[in-house]
Amino acid sequence: MTQEDKLIGQIIDRYDGEVGMLIPMMQDLQAECGYLPVDHLRSLSRRLELPLSRLYAVVTFYASFRLAPKGAHEVTLCLGTVCYLKGAGRISEAISKEFRVEPGGTTRDRLFSFNAVNCVGACALAPVMMVDGKYYDGVTTESAIELLQGLRLAEEPAETGSKEAAT
Amino acid sequence: MIQTSPKFTSVADIERFVETLHGRASKVVRVCIGTGCAAKGSRRLYELFCEAAKQSSQDVKVEAKSVGCHGFCERGPIVVVEPGGIFYQRVEEPDVAEVFRETVLGGRIVQRLLYEDPGTAKKVEKADEIPFYKVQERIVLVNNGQIDPTKITDYIAEGGYRALAKVLSSMTPEEVILEVEAAGLRGRGGGGFPTARKWRSCREAKGLPKYVICNGDEGDPGAFMDRSIMEGNPHSVIEGMLIGAYAIGSEQGYIYVRNEYPLAVEHLRTAISQAREMGLLGKNILGSSFSFDIRINRGGGAFVCGESTALMASLEGRAGEPRAKYIHTVESGFRGKPTNLNNVETWANVPQIINRGGEWFAGIGTEKSKGTKVFSLVGKVVNTGLVEVPMGITLRRIVEEIGGGVAGGKRFKAVQTGGPSGGCIPAEHLDTRVDFEELTKLGSMMGSGGMIVMDEDTCMVRVAKYFTNFLQKESCGKCTPCREGLSQMLYVLDRITDGEGQVGDVERLEELAELLEGTALCALGKTAANPIISTIRYFRNEYDAHIKEKRCPAKECRGLFRYEIDQETCKACGICLKNCQVDAITGEKKVPHVINQKKCTLCGMCWEKCPFAAVLKV
Repeated sequence: MTQEDKLIGQIIDRYDGEVGMLIPMMQDLQAECGYLPVDHLRSLSRRLELPLSRLYAVVTFYASFRLAPKGAHEVTLCLGTVCYLKGAGRISEAISKEFRVEPGGTTRDRLFSFNAVNCVGACALAPVMMVDGKYYDGVTTESAIELLQGLRLAEEPAETGSKEAAT
Repeated sequence: MIQTSPKFTSVADIERFVETLHGRASKVVRVCIGTGCAAKGSRRLYELFCEAAKQSSQDVKVEAKSVGCHGFCERGPIVVVEPGGIFYQRVEEPDVAEVFRETVLGGRIVQRLLYEDPGTAKKVEKADEIPFYKVQERIVLVNNGQIDPTKITDYIAEGGYRALAKVLSSMTPEEVILEVEAAGLRGRGGGGFPTARKWRSCREAKGLPKYVICNGDEGDPGAFMDRSIMEGNPHSVIEGMLIGAYAIGSEQGYIYVRNEYPLAVEHLRTAISQAREMGLLGKNILGSSFSFDIRINRGGGAFVCGESTALMASLEGRAGEPRAKYIHTVESGFRGKPTNLNNVETWANVPQIINRGGEWFAGIGTEKSKGTKVFSLVGKVVNTGLVEVPMGITLRRIVEEIGGGVAGGKRFKAVQTGGPSGGCIPAEHLDTRVDFEELTKLGSMMGSGGMIVMDEDTCMVRVAKYFTNFLQKESCGKCTPCREGLSQMLYVLDRITDGEGQVGDVERLEELAELLEGTALCALGKTAANPIISTIRYFRNEYDAHIKEKRCPAKECRGLFRYEIDQETCKACGICLKNCQVDAITGEKKVPHVINQKKCTLCGMCWEKCPFAAVLKV
């Protein structure tokens, strides 16, 4: 049994193989792999006896699923009403321009994935940005870019050799 | 000290257990670990207080507690010291030693960390003396900030699960429904449907099993009431669901929580497993014949899943598309079975209604809207945070007394309620009472409770565009009016804010809005035009200024205003000059700078960078 089959098996068992728990299963899978690799999805669809198209429909419907690997860091910018009123729209534009990454995408050097979300529910701290789960409150265009450039500096010495040859 | 958690097998067990809980520490430090405070490092504060408590001498028993959201997130991290209820705000790591030494051990107050009333410049020691809290009436949030949400014993010590015991030992399901009916409780998720009526329909519906669902998919941007309840007092939601399940005759419940709320999921998970361990969830609860259990599902980040039928589709593992509701979900909902869905806040009200009686609850509020409502008061107000107020309070009191008015001395323009399905209420209607019907009359709605204050710098056309853009992206695409209508409306709004609006655009928007309201499949689509309709209704002049004069009165729409340098204020420092990407600014030392309007691309860099606020938008 391959590593991949084992993982899928574990996840399915966690939910007693209940087809209705497809979303939590894929959430768990994404938490393990960082994204939803197509081979894993194929295996999941076989085991659950669901057509792959059904899985694909669900994956592409919900914003939190991704089909491509994410960056080394996860950057989430809140674009909720309050953050927006306080300038988050401009911050988003500035990040896109500076790092050449659109919301929902990953920088070419895989430094970070950039998500723009509707509201993280921390409106009193607006504008809010999260980097790897840590909240930053009252961010400005400058502080946001500075923070993200800091990631690059911290990453540079160790960013090579992460590809392993496991075939 | 109680270490073991007993398994309750009868109603009397809870009473006996509560008695063992007395004799707790006399000195308690409460550190808020809600998302707001935690974002500012309060978890570290909690650890430091724990360490300090451990190291303090044996004769003073100090307990450090991590508690849920107090609501005053803007002032976080918040630390409360008992006895005395001393309320410290914006506490930082270096303050811990001082607070511990002075206040906890010495009983003296650290003035520096107290809240200062911006109006009177008076320092305030206790939370309930702060205007932000004084006007509030807390029923749902009463234990938020008091109890540790990860400890079931804390909830039980404050009277938790007593309502469940009462229901199981002395009330029939019908009596429970009558009590909720007497309370006049209406759905807090936005619709305002009478809760008792929904429960009864579901109880009487044919088909087994029946399901109860808690809707924690708080998707409205600018709203975080449900997050704070799930994070700060998860057991109140669980107890409410237990009581509802008993009344309806359900054995399985689901809580659907937004993906963006990791802490809420964590606290609910802990709470559910503790309740199971103590026999409050599972088979034969408290020795009765009633069995019930709860499962948590995380959402996938789709706004439409806040709609009940879409949420159920999502729970079934499908894309969250709503269906037409000619058959109600109480008859055929989740898996085609009778399903009762209520919002987090609705569930959290239930235990209080059972404990204190429906009549008591009905004594609060207006004729048709009873009890309290939690709002997240945010935007451009001085005090932002979570507020729970009795129904019937005026918007003015919320914005001015609790919120402390508009921040930065700016002029109030509007308050937006009801999220993307709601509308903007202007200054002349601030004396409206908060009530399901009253807000609807103004073209807005109660919604789930977001309340966003906007000032003179906010362009109302852009606000409408923001929400339309939001809804257009979140539209599931199942029905044509919503999918295509919103895109068209957004197209028109884009053109207006770009200065290319055409005469007749407002009428075009109104026409599309009417179409959407009449023909969209679900509530999301039917109400999607509300932000546009309400801004046209109250701020028509702003639309006209954009379209006819190519001018943005709030000076927010790029291209519809100019930047100029005020010759008097300019110190000729050269900062704007250096930052201008297109060399549109000229000037020399000691000579006030000037913007060449022909070259200017309106990027706003000079305006952002000027340290003397000499760059003006005109």
